[in-house]
Amino acid sequence: MLEIRNLHATIDGKEILKGLDLTIRAGEVHAIMGPNGSGKSTLAKVLAGHPSYEVTGGEVLYQGENLLELAPDERARSGVFLAFQYPIEIPGVSNANFLRMAYNEKAKHEGQEELDPLEFDDLLKEKMKIVEMDQSFINRAVNEGFSGGEKKRNEILQMAVLNPHLAVLDETDSGLDIDALRVVANGVNKLASKENAIILVTHYQRLLDYIQPDFVHVLYKGRIVKSGGKELALELETRGYDWIRTAVNAA
Amino acid sequence: MAQAAREKENYSAACRAFTKTRAGLDQPWLTALRERAAESFQGLSFPTTRDEEWKYTNVAPLLEKQFRQLFDLDLSGVQAKRLESVTFPEARESRLVFVNGIYAAELSNTSGLPDGVQVANLSQFASGSDQFPEAALGSLADHENDTFTALNTALIGDGAVVRIPRGRAIEQPIHLLFLTAATEQIVAYPRVLIVAEEGSMATVVESYASLQNESCFNNAVTEVIVNPGASLDHYRLQQESERAFHIGTTRVRQEQGSRYRSLAISLGAEISRHTLNVEHRAEQIETIIDGLYIVTGSQHVDNHTSIDHAHPHCQSSQLYKGILDGRARAVFNGKVFVREGALLTDARQLNKNLLLSGTATVDTKPQLEILADDVKCSHGATVGQLEEEEIFYLASRGISSERARALLTFGFAGELIERIGIRSVREGLDRTVLDKLHQSLEVE
Ligand SMILES: Nc1ncnc2c1ncn2[C@@H]1O[C@H](COP(=O)(O)OP(=O)(O)OP(=O)(O)O)[C@@H](O)[C@H]1O
Ligand SMILES: [Mg+2]
Repeated sequence: MLEIRNLHATIDGKEILKGLDLTIRAGEVHAIMGPNGSGKSTLAKVLAGHPSYEVTGGEVLYQGENLLELAPDERARSGVFLAFQYPIEIPGVSNANFLRMAYNEKAKHEGQEELDPLEFDDLLKEKMKIVEMDQSFINRAVNEGFSGGEKKRNEILQMAVLNPHLAVLDETDSGLDIDALRVVANGVNKLASKENAIILVTHYQRLLDYIQPDFVHVLYKGRIVKSGGKELALELETRGYDWIRTAVNAA
Repeated sequence: MAQAAREKENYSAACRAFTKTRAGLDQPWLTALRERAAESFQGLSFPTTRDEEWKYTNVAPLLEKQFRQLFDLDLSGVQAKRLESVTFPEARESRLVFVNGIYAAELSNTSGLPDGVQVANLSQFASGSDQFPEAALGSLADHENDTFTALNTALIGDGAVVRIPRGRAIEQPIHLLFLTAATEQIVAYPRVLIVAEEGSMATVVESYASLQNESCFNNAVTEVIVNPGASLDHYRLQQESERAFHIGTTRVRQEQGSRYRSLAISLGAEISRHTLNVEHRAEQIETIIDGLYIVTGSQHVDNHTSIDHAHPHCQSSQLYKGILDGRARAVFNGKVFVREGALLTDARQLNKNLLLSGTATVDTKPQLEILADDVKCSHGATVGQLEEEEIFYLASRGISSERARALLTFGFAGELIERIGIRSVREGLDRTVLDKLHQSLEVE
């Protein structure tokens, strides 16, 4: 589903990703961990097509096609979804209008029927149940005045509405209370299927208690420096990153 | 200069012709007011960009055009469908319609208004026994110093008069609609007088629309008196064709404990100017003046406002927002005076502009002059573009960048449109604004 080969990316001339390799097959859940500043969000945003990042080398194949050639909205319509680490507020644009427009753009792309406001309302209400979000959020401006945890839930709501093939969740668990963590995990587990793949960027084992990853990777200094099964996350939890740093810096 | 003199002579001739037409039709006080204004007009000249107040708005293109004033009602250009698009159901039985400056009784209907509320054409008062407008008309609009006001006053014919009786709260919004619908270039002189008597409450929508694409000129003057304890919501909606010219002046006088809220929206016209002055005559007054202008192509919009805080314990707030695309240009000049002794004044003013193109320009000048102590005042202006991060966020959900821009721009305007208390006006504007933005941003 996703194949990243020797990816190099810079922001403002500074190289952040320095030859990253990662292969993800349909049906898999991958966790990416790593110290602060190692490039995890950078990878997520490069995959989503953020205009501030420049890809200076390597390639990314998504469903066999060159992902980097697509504009951000085309990537989204073809099923790539990024739940942001820091979702921004968009004053003046209502959650409902925004979500319906996003949903219909994707429906159109897939040759499916677009929904009118009433039809969409039904769908939205159902999806809001999954993330246990209050109906009052429907008519509020996107993320405006939302608490940190509410913003994260809203990201998962968007994911539930758009039903992506490849979801990249950048620290969606940070800032969530215990109940919200379970809710978000539920939302993610509902999406997980044989056809879909999920990348979880996280710092903590907790989330992985709810969502079992097939693979765990450590991203450090812009590269995947270690990969393993779910036991790697447990090992990191007890040992920290120093042993990895030492190994990488010695090599 | 010879050119300017010729233009003035054209308008003077129009004044003379008009006086002749109206001879014998009006009360002496109205004739006298007209004559005084015509005389002032003789001594005044049209503003040029050398005048401080008109520095950025050049009216020469407007003066060069030959406009004709019509005297007979002609409804041939008013199709029912188009009329519907500029009226709204909440005021179906509480509206006055003027076509090309002339009162159209067959399109007007005030049957839904409670007894005692006066909403009528000025000439009804001018020829009848009720001399009510005599004291108020011309008492605020400065026909001695303002050329356009002098011209409008010298040519007062039909006009809208609204009087909300003491202590009454009127539910239905009152709609005053000024249409231009002609196959030639015409000029009209819309005139409005609104008097909210003590303790009354009402909503008035004053709107200007063109039903044709022909260039026309509206020179409009509105006077508003908000008496003690009264509350008035005043929407001013200018959605003329992009070939129109619009010069509008609104003068407001507020008395003790009154509340006046205005939302002035400018969407149309090649060149439009709205001057809004609010004068406080006593204490405990609340003034809210908001504005929204959306200009594209080569449109030019100018808003000049002033609020005169002359007494203690008064509040004012102002938010004017502008969206500009193409080579459009906007001028904002907002003066807030806090006079000596106007203690505990609370005045806030903000002008925010959103530029959608690199070729649109804004000249904004929020001015605050404080001569009193112990006041709370703020003012500011911003000129910015859409946030790249916001566009990316929407794009990351599959929304094309063109649509994202339209959605965000619409959101910028939405803050003000949401404040409109009349549902179908609000929804109608949503559509109009979205259409206009989509056209300009070339979204399918
Ligand atoms: N505009 C910029 N100019 C220079 N460096 C930048 C810029 N933006 C981000 N960086 C740097 O890129 C590096 C990677 O950032 P990134 O957000 O990808 O880290 P991360 O792995 O997601 O960290 P965290 O765990 O804290 O979320 C950081 O060192 C950051 O300071
Ligand atoms: Mg990060």
